[in-house]
Amino acid sequence: MNALYLAQDPTLADFGKDPWWLVLGKIVFAFVFGLLATLLGVWFERRVVGYMQVRPGPNQVGPFGLLQTLADGLKMAFKEDILPRTADKVVFFFAPTISVICAVTSLSVVPFGPMVSIFGHHTPLQVTDVSVAVLVILACSSMGIYGIVLGGWASGSTYPLLGGLRSSAQMISYEVAMGLSIVAVFMTAGTMSTSGIVAAQAHGTRLSLGGWEVAAPGWYAILLLPSFIIFFIATVGETNRAPFDLPEAESELVAGFMTEYSSLKFALFMLSEYVSMVTMSAVTTTLFLGGWRAPAPITTFWAGANSGWWPMLWFFGKVLILVFVFVWLRGTLPRLRYDQFMRFGWKVLLPINLVWILVLSGLRSIEDWQSRDRLLATAIGAGVLLLATLFWPSRRREPRPTLQEQVNSRPHGSFPLPPMDLQVPPSPRTKRVVAEREPANVAAGSDSREV
Amino acid sequence: MTTQTVLAEAASVSGGEAVTFWILAPLALIGAIGMVWARNAVHSALWLVLTMLCLGVFYVLQAGPFIGMVQIIVYTGAIMMLFLFVLMLVGRDASDSLIETLRGQRTAAVLLGLGFAGLVGSGLYRALHGVRAVGLEQANAEGNVQGIARLLFTKYVFAFELTSALLITAAVGAMVLAHVERRKEDRMDQVATMKARFRPGNYPGPKPGPGVFATSSSVATPARLPDGRLTERSTPDILPVRELTAEETSLKGTDKK
Repeated sequence: MNALYLAQDPTLADFGKDPWWLVLGKIVFAFVFGLLATLLGVWFERRVVGYMQVRPGPNQVGPFGLLQTLADGLKMAFKEDILPRTADKVVFFFAPTISVICAVTSLSVVPFGPMVSIFGHHTPLQVTDVSVAVLVILACSSMGIYGIVLGGWASGSTYPLLGGLRSSAQMISYEVAMGLSIVAVFMTAGTMSTSGIVAAQAHGTRLSLGGWEVAAPGWYAILLLPSFIIFFIATVGETNRAPFDLPEAESELVAGFMTEYSSLKFALFMLSEYVSMVTMSAVTTTLFLGGWRAPAPITTFWAGANSGWWPMLWFFGKVLILVFVFVWLRGTLPRLRYDQFMRFGWKVLLPINLVWILVLSGLRSIEDWQSRDRLLATAIGAGVLLLATLFWPSRRREPRPTLQEQVNSRPHGSFPLPPMDLQVPPSPRTKRVVAEREPANVAAGSDSREV
Repeated sequence: MTTQTVLAEAASVSGGEAVTFWILAPLALIGAIGMVWARNAVHSALWLVLTMLCLGVFYVLQAGPFIGMVQIIVYTGAIMMLFLFVLMLVGRDASDSLIETLRGQRTAAVLLGLGFAGLVGSGLYRALHGVRAVGLEQANAEGNVQGIARLLFTKYVFAFELTSALLITAAVGAMVLAHVERRKEDRMDQVATMKARFRPGNYPGPKPGPGVFATSSSVATPARLPDGRLTERSTPDILPVRELTAEETSLKGTDKK
């Protein structure tokens, strides 16, 4: 049975052997997956946000609100396509397409499943894989910025330009954090190919704890938890989703880079946003959540869960959960202020990431030591860290003076303050109304009093 | 991967590689020419992006996938984006002027450029014609990425560290030059600003408007404070203080009796 599993894992040598119709089929599948995910994503997002924020939306109308996407699509298609007079026409036209192309292209290196048999061809469920597949994803996301920036510039007005500049600064900053958190994955997996990373998460290393053989979990979300958290935060920043949707902050920039866009060009921008949300969820699944592999308890009971077409189910399930988290974040978190957002990226995510990579490489470099030496080295490191945390000079200041003390210590001639125990007297008009009213014909209870 | 390296070493060009090359090479050339020809600075940068993308794919074709992807991520994705960032702030109507400041400058530039391209092209052709790539298989034996990593962290580690130190110095220098340092005590947070506002000597409310009374509607009339004093702050500073003389205030005698 074990041998069967291993045979399911595609290696780099399995790619590039498909006939042309199979390649075409896979490409069309990935593309249609992106589009369908957008169609369902719009519906899903509105419905979930409708329930979360207790407001009317697709959670109220229609058969499960399913017609929402159709209504949206029709509305966009029939709107007037406006081309601003000051726009740079060619760039204005191409900017949304750049966004969409880059968002969809990333899906080509995402593994949807293991080796399957399609019309007699033994082929991996993945469009293609190269030895630098994760870098292809990074390249696509860095090229995707061009769509937004050029859209902002080509509109020829101020708010879109500001939105475009914001988004380029934002996405470049968060790409750094994202790239650094992938470094930990590379170090652990020892490969940059996505199918290789999925294969590396199949089995955790065997640890011997006091005589017991314990299988450590294989998912990098657990092994490399800091990287996973930072990566996911960075993907939210990279996809311009709330709470990081500063390029299109409507309270500051009208609609940011897409202010001047309408009709189908706007629809393309929206499409690219949803596709990149799904793509980023798929990439997170691949890099950190074990890819298409079934989650832990399932494989214990059902050995065949990781073979055949079943893995697509696990993969789509994981992607759906991550998309839900994206929507959840949007439904619950307020938008960050721009300076807070940049400070968070550069001064929090980046240093934590660097320190974590340092710690990880330290742990990796003592991996082949004797287990006693290894324990000793880890214990010394952990002890130093603990002592430093305990005896770190606390920055706690003097206890804050109470409000009354602050009031008493104000210098003479300060602006007068109302008394602290101020009670607003009832309005005389209220009294008159009460007095004129007919007395109610009920016995006054103990708690009744005039207002 | 391995088939690619073998082909590259054998100096023969596979069908797919040739097709990709002949599609992308004209595109790269068009990008380069467009970069020089475009009047608008942003268009120029975009043509350059096209050329850089094609170069990235060429690297991948030449069995160097890592350098190809890094070309796209770093040069196209980050550095050109920063270029674009600056160009956008210049203003979208900033185009090249077509006036020749030196006579015959354009013709000379075209001639010299063509000559230089010819020299470099023929030199490269003569130097590399019939040369077979040697050692590609060994270099990529453990995989392209691993091979580069091994070189970077063993043979070239010192040069690599020096380069990074140089870049860090440049970045820190730029920040030191551009950053206006404010001392911590000079920086006022919201609480400090509010306290300063209510400190004695500072009037926290909006300034009183100039007086519009029953006797006058002039902005030069100062407002009265609650205690009856006139406040000078209510009148604009540019208005001269003007006292009316007795002659001006008396009736002019123009009324009909």
